[in-house]
Amino acid sequence: MIKHKGECARAPRATQQLKNTISEKQYVGFATLPNQVHRKSVKKGFDFTLMVAGESGMGKSTLVNSLFLTDLYKDRKLLNAEERINQTVEIIKHTVDIEEKGVKLKLTIVDTPGFGDAVNNNECWKPITDYIDQQFEQYFRDESGLNRKNIQDNRVHCCLYFIPPFGHGLRPVDVEFMKALHEKVNIIPLIAKADCLTPNEIKKLKDRIREEIDKFGIKVYQFPECDSDEDEEFKQLDKELKECTPFAVIGSNTVVEARGQRVRGRLYPWGIVEVENQSHCDFVKLRNMLIRSHMHDLKDVTCDVHYENYRAQCIQEMTSKLAQDNRMESPIPILPLSTPDVDTEKLIKMKDEELKRMQEMLNKMQQQMHDKEQ
Amino acid sequence: FLALECERFSICNEEKRNLSLGGHVGFDSLPEQLVSKSVTQGFCFNILCVGETGIGKSTLMNTLFNTMFENEEASHYQNGVYLRPRTYDLQESNVRLKLTIVDTVGFGDQINKEDSYKPIVDYIDTQFENYLQEELKIKRSLFNYHDTRIHICLYFIAPTGHSLKSLDLVTMKKLDSKVNIIPIIAKADTISKSELHKFKIKIMSELVSNGVQIYQFPTDDETVSEINASMNAHLPFAVVGSVEEVKVGNKAVRARQYPWGVVQVENESHCDFVKLREMLIRVNMEDLREQTHARHYELYRRCKLEEMGFKDTDPDSEPFSLQETYEAKRKEFLGDLQRKEEEMRQMFVNKVKETEAELKDKERELHEKFEQLKRMHQEEKKKVEDKRGYLEEEMNAFNKRKAAAETLSLSQPVKKDKDKKNRSVNTENQSGVSASSSKVMMAKANVEPLNCQSWWQAIQCCTCLVHNATWRPGGLF
Repeated sequence: MIKHKGECARAPRATQQLKNTISEKQYVGFATLPNQVHRKSVKKGFDFTLMVAGESGMGKSTLVNSLFLTDLYKDRKLLNAEERINQTVEIIKHTVDIEEKGVKLKLTIVDTPGFGDAVNNNECWKPITDYIDQQFEQYFRDESGLNRKNIQDNRVHCCLYFIPPFGHGLRPVDVEFMKALHEKVNIIPLIAKADCLTPNEIKKLKDRIREEIDKFGIKVYQFPECDSDEDEEFKQLDKELKECTPFAVIGSNTVVEARGQRVRGRLYPWGIVEVENQSHCDFVKLRNMLIRSHMHDLKDVTCDVHYENYRAQCIQEMTSKLAQDNRMESPIPILPLSTPDVDTEKLIKMKDEELKRMQEMLNKMQQQMHDKEQ
Repeated sequence: FLALECERFSICNEEKRNLSLGGHVGFDSLPEQLVSKSVTQGFCFNILCVGETGIGKSTLMNTLFNTMFENEEASHYQNGVYLRPRTYDLQESNVRLKLTIVDTVGFGDQINKEDSYKPIVDYIDTQFENYLQEELKIKRSLFNYHDTRIHICLYFIAPTGHSLKSLDLVTMKKLDSKVNIIPIIAKADTISKSELHKFKIKIMSELVSNGVQIYQFPTDDETVSEINASMNAHLPFAVVGSVEEVKVGNKAVRARQYPWGVVQVENESHCDFVKLREMLIRVNMEDLREQTHARHYELYRRCKLEEMGFKDTDPDSEPFSLQETYEAKRKEFLGDLQRKEEEMRQMFVNKVKETEAELKDKERELHEKFEQLKRMHQEEKKKVEDKRGYLEEEMNAFNKRKAAAETLSLSQPVKKDKDKKNRSVNTENQSGVSASSSKVMMAKANVEPLNCQSWWQAIQCCTCLVHNATWRPGGLF
C-alpha cells in the first residue's frame, strides 16, 4: 500500500450533493450511477502503460521510482561508453501491480535503453515507433476477434520524453523523435535534472522549448479544458499547470533529512534539493497531473484519438490492397465501409462525370455520322 | 685532490666534471634574464574547448580569466562541427598574454556524429602544419611567429552521473596523440558528492581501459611535484562556472543562486574550479606549452616528414642531408608532373582522332541518305508523270465519248419527257444538278476518282472540264 496525501474520489461527494438538492419524493435514484461506476471500476482494477524515453543519464529511472515510490530498477546493468558506440535501442517492459486504498493498478513501464546513446543515431526512434504500432496492431486484432472477453490493453498511454537541461533548447534528435511519435502516443516533454538550472534559466529554457515545439509543429499532449462548473480552485490549478509545461523535474532515490522532516531529496554541500518542494521543481505538478488527475484522460486520448487514427489508416490500407488483389484473404473480417473516404468519393464522382461526357460525345458522333449517311 | 682531478682530465677529455666556485660569479641571474626577455616578448597560450552546445564552455572561460569574452549563444541546428578561434590580448601586472580560445560549435548536436571529430583533428593538424612550414622556410622568423598550436584541450563531459558518452570516448581517442587533454565535468552542481566520486572513478577507468592518454601534471620538479601529484588524483575536475555575483556573508562572490542554496564557484568544497585554475594557469601553463612543442608537435613533424620520404639515415647509415632529400623529392615531383602532362596530351590527341572518325562516319551516312532520298524523289516524280500521262489519255477518251454522245443525242429527242420529271424533282437540290443523275453520270462516264474528297467535288471537277451546255438537267442520260 502506498501512502499518499490523496484526495478522495470525487464521485461520492457529488451524489451526496445531488441527494440533498432533490426532495425524497422526487428522488428516482439514478444519481447513484457514479457510485456504481466507482464500485465496479475498483473491482475491475486499472491498468496504465507509461513509456520513458531520453538519453542515458537523464534520470529517467530515478524519476519513475520517485513517481511511484517504488524501486523498479534493482540490479540494472548499465553499459559503458565503449559498448554504447554502436548501441541499438531496446524496448524493456517492467510490470508491477500496486495497490492503494483498495484501488489496484497494473502499471507497466516501457523503457528504451540506448536511445540517443550511439555515435550515429539515425532513426534511433524506429524501434520505439515499431513497438507502439505493434501494440496497436495487437489490440486491433484482439478487438476484431471472436472472443473478446480477455483483451489485454498493452497500448502505450503516455510517453515521458526527457530533454537535457544542458543545452539551449531542443536538439535535432529531440525534434525528430517527437515528430515521429506525436501522432502515435501522448508525449509529455520534461526538462530533466532541473537542479542544474537557476529559476531564471528554467524559465528561459521553458519558453524556448515551447517556442520550438510550436515552430516545428509538434503536437504534445494538451490538458483538456476544465468544465465551466468546476470550482475556482481547480480552475486556477489547471491554469497554472498549463503554463508550467514543460515540467522541470528532479528525481531522487534517497531520503534525506530537511527542515526536521524526512523527505526525498538530493544532498549537496550547499543545500538540499527537495523533490516534493514546489519551489524547487515541478515534480509535484507532474505527479498530480500524471497520476492524480489526468491518468484516465491520457488513456482516453490514446483510445479515442491515437488508436482510432491507427485503426482507420490500417483499414484503408487493407481495403485498397484488397481492391487491387482480390485473391488476398484478409485475416480480419472487413466490414463494408459505411462512410467511404471523402477522397475516393470525389474520385468516383470525377470518373462518373468523365464517363457521362464521353457517352454524350459518342452519341453526338453517332448522330453526326447518321446524318451524314442520310 | 687537485692531482686526481688533473689525472682524470688527461685520461678522457669528454667526461664532464663538477667544479666548485671560489666566489660569486653571477650567472645565477640567468633565469631572471630569461624571464625578463620572455616578459618583454609576451606569452602566448591557446586553449581548445570541446563539448556539446550549451554545456558551459564560454561561461567557464569567462570565469577562469575573469573577463567577459564576447560570445553569442550557439544554435543546436548546425549542419556539422566547426571551430571558431578568437584571440584576445590580456595583461596582468606587467605580463602580457596573447590568449586564443577555440570553440567547437555544433559539437554533439547532429543525429549522426560519426564525423564530428574530424574538423577538430583537422584544425589541430593545420596549426602544426603552419608551424612546420615556418620552420622549413629558408628565411624564417620563429621568434616573431604567432604560435597558434593548441596547448591544451579542455574536454567537457556532461554530468550524467553514469559514465562517458560514446561520442566522448571516440573523440578523445582521436585527440590524445595530438594535444594535451584535460577532461572536466561540466555543470557539476547537478551531481551530489557521493555520485561525483563514483562518476570520476568510472570515467578514469573507462579512459584507462580504452587507452586514452590524458595530460598528467608533471611530477619531476620537486617544487610542484607534490601538488601536481595530488591534483592528478582529482581528475577529472568537476567545475561550475559563473560570472554573476551573489552576496554571501558580507562578500560578493561568483556563484549560482538556487532556491535551495548558493553554489560558490571558488569554494573548494563545492567544486573543483579552484583546482583547475591552479593547475591550468598558475602552475603548469608553461609546461603545457613545452609538452605541446616537444611531444605533440615533434610527433606530428616526424610523421609528416616520414610521409614525404625523409629519413634520419639513408640505407648506408650516413646521416641524410635534408637538402639532398629535398632536391631528390623535387626532381621526382617534377618528373611526375611531366609524365602527367604527357599522358594528358596523349589522351587529348586520341580523343581528337576518335571524334574525327565519328564525324567522318556521320558525314558518310548523311551523304548516303541524301542519295537515297534523291532516288526516291526521282521515282515518285516518274510515277506522277506516268499518272498524269494516263489521266490525259483518259481525258481524251472521255472527250471522244462525249463527242460521240453529242452526235447521238441530236438523233434522239424522245427521251425528253422522262427528263422533265427528273427536272422537277431536281430543282430542290441547291446545286442545280440532281444527285441521282450525277451518280449515273459518274458511273457512265467511268471517271476515276480524281483525288476528290467527295463525289460532289468530283462532279465539280468534271463540270469545269466540260461545256456547260451539254450537262443541262435532263440531259442525255
